[in-house]
Amino acid sequence: MKIHEYQGKALLKKFNVPVLFGKVVFNAEDAGKAAYEDFTSKGIGTLVVKSQVHAGGRGKGIIHDIATNEQIELGGKPLRGVNVLSGEDIPDRVYQMTKNMFGNKLVTIQTGAAGSIVNRILLEEGCAIEKEFYAGIVMDRQTGRNCIMASTEGGVEIEKVAAETPEKILKEFIDPSNGLQAFQARRLAFGLGLSGDAVKSFIPFITNLYNAYQALDCSLMEINPLVLTKDNKMIALDAKVNFDDNALYRQAGLEALKDFAEEDPLETEAATFDLNYIKLDGNVGCMVNGAGLAMATMDMIMLSGGRPANFLDVGGGANVKRISNAFRIMMSDSNVKAVLINIFGGIVRCDKVADGIVEALKQVQVTVPVIVRLDGTNAKEAVVTLKNSGMNFKIAQNFEQAAKMVSEVVALSA
Amino acid sequence: MSILVNKNSRVIIQGLTGSEGTFHTASMLDYGTKIVGGITPGKGGTVYSGKEGTIFKKPVPVFNSVREAADATKANVSVIFVPPPFAADAIKESIDAEIPLIVCITEGIPTKDMQDVYNVLKSSKSRLIGPNCPGIISPGEAKIGIMPGFIHKKGNVGVVSRSGTLTYEAVKQLTDVGLGQTTCIGIGGDPIIGTQFIDAIKLFNEDPMTEAILMIGEIGGNAEETAADFVKKHVKKPVIGFIAGRTAPPGRRMGHAGAIISGGKGTAEDKIAALREAGITVVESPANIGNTVAGILNAIPRKRGRRPGLDIKRKAISRKISKSKQKLNTKEVK
Repeated sequence: MKIHEYQGKALLKKFNVPVLFGKVVFNAEDAGKAAYEDFTSKGIGTLVVKSQVHAGGRGKGIIHDIATNEQIELGGKPLRGVNVLSGEDIPDRVYQMTKNMFGNKLVTIQTGAAGSIVNRILLEEGCAIEKEFYAGIVMDRQTGRNCIMASTEGGVEIEKVAAETPEKILKEFIDPSNGLQAFQARRLAFGLGLSGDAVKSFIPFITNLYNAYQALDCSLMEINPLVLTKDNKMIALDAKVNFDDNALYRQAGLEALKDFAEEDPLETEAATFDLNYIKLDGNVGCMVNGAGLAMATMDMIMLSGGRPANFLDVGGGANVKRISNAFRIMMSDSNVKAVLINIFGGIVRCDKVADGIVEALKQVQVTVPVIVRLDGTNAKEAVVTLKNSGMNFKIAQNFEQAAKMVSEVVALSA
Repeated sequence: MSILVNKNSRVIIQGLTGSEGTFHTASMLDYGTKIVGGITPGKGGTVYSGKEGTIFKKPVPVFNSVREAADATKANVSVIFVPPPFAADAIKESIDAEIPLIVCITEGIPTKDMQDVYNVLKSSKSRLIGPNCPGIISPGEAKIGIMPGFIHKKGNVGVVSRSGTLTYEAVKQLTDVGLGQTTCIGIGGDPIIGTQFIDAIKLFNEDPMTEAILMIGEIGGNAEETAADFVKKHVKKPVIGFIAGRTAPPGRRMGHAGAIISGGKGTAEDKIAALREAGITVVESPANIGNTVAGILNAIPRKRGRRPGLDIKRKAISRKISKSKQKLNTKEVK
């Protein structure tokens, strides 16, 4: 699960990881008001206006008009996702700027052309930066341990650094039974070329950051940039915090941080029915039991000349209710020109699934061709049920036949 | 022959009396697996024979702890059907009792808990399969997990996979073209798992009855690449691979907790390239897994200058050899 930067910073603050003073706002009026009341009237002369969307690359990203899809310009320059303001009339300028940001979409290298709509903006005080660094924590699958990464190459795409100059990323692997050791924190500090007070600031910073990662069951934490201020203090200027979905049950309050505006509405709806659905941009909808088979089915659709419209794992207990909900969600996507149901009955009995499909189709209007492939336990009985239903199914006996049927249907609809 | 489990495997079930445990224990007993006991803390000393329409072929004694069950039954395999919040503890309990093979079916264990388990596991005598896996089956000998037994057939292909239903699909394709399996292992779809592709492939490589190895991978991590490197260096047997998730978008978790392309790493393309580089035959379409393996196995005798008809004789001979080997082994044991 992902959260916004301002939410991540609020959590980090609780673990004594230094962050700057900031305030989140939801409309331009409040933004202007907060800029005066919380910042300029208190003597803060530099203000950073940061779009809160889950995608990265916000600083370089450009705001586009939601209606016309054109780049928005302010003061003769394209309006970015993150902007720094100083000088005169800050509250007024914040109002004008955020008015152009709210409700429009931010297009970054990670969002693709579709962009992400800006609904929340973080106003943050500026700071005098001496140098930018990178700090991150991830789980390393090979060692089964958490890995703390740090680099002098802050403020740039870390994936690029990893690919081009991997030696510039320092790594410390953490033994789960001992936790982060002081010598490891020191090794990172000196590896980054820090000295004096900067080392003294870095060590508690990284230790507290790791404590937060562990205590919150995170799956990823990235501070990019991590800055050293002119007065030798380490501060998290950005915060990307992801949580392990499997651990949410024991993390009270974290689920409430989810911003549903960042999720696809169909995916959110599917989740309420306990269905694993991911919307894609293809034309062949698919409904499969099991994640691996679902991925393989999507690949098969592509090989057959179609493009998968979704990933949908109906799971083990494929009953009528689940199947009809799955159908409804799949068919809400208007790009779907054909549907492929691929069920391998192991524990699940195919005849039960067939009953479910027939019942579901009575409840949900489906106007596109439906290809059904049921194999495994009670597959023969299932085929009889489908044939006797009087509904117009294309029934495949195996994966290969299903693939052929998909290409035929795709060729017809093209 | 098979790897890791066979008809002599003595199995205990952690979470026996829960609904999952009950359902699958009944199915394992039906298959002929030797279930010698179960663990449900607080119900020790009783005997359990199922519930709610699922009645065991044979009652199973219940114990309060794995140690107690292991001492009483000489169990050498434990299967875990314990819910996610308690599953890591269940695995550690089996490690503590020095159970040689632990199979964890549970899906949804927090990664942090698995880090602790993995740490303990590394310095232990146990092997862990899973979590978030269908288990392991040596057809005709023992089914230890949740896979449908009837699609399997005893034979000469070793199967290792990160998936559940996709493995069943592949196995059924093999069986349909007449190819049986020595052992099929579902290693699990989580980021941290006890047994990796490379471990299973090593075992299949050493197993005289396994003539070909089928590996079914998916996006995320680099376990397929590591295994490919091993295959290139050490495996003479034909290895056939399939990688699921070519159409998966980056940054999205595709059902399995471990199936995610992160930071441009773990893509299907990279994995396929690594497999090909290692001389592994990569199946393009998931519909052609069975055919591809059959094609490769059928081509082997001809390559060695044998006529196709000799293939059957060769199998008969190898069967005789393995039988006499088994006899020798039993003598040694006596």
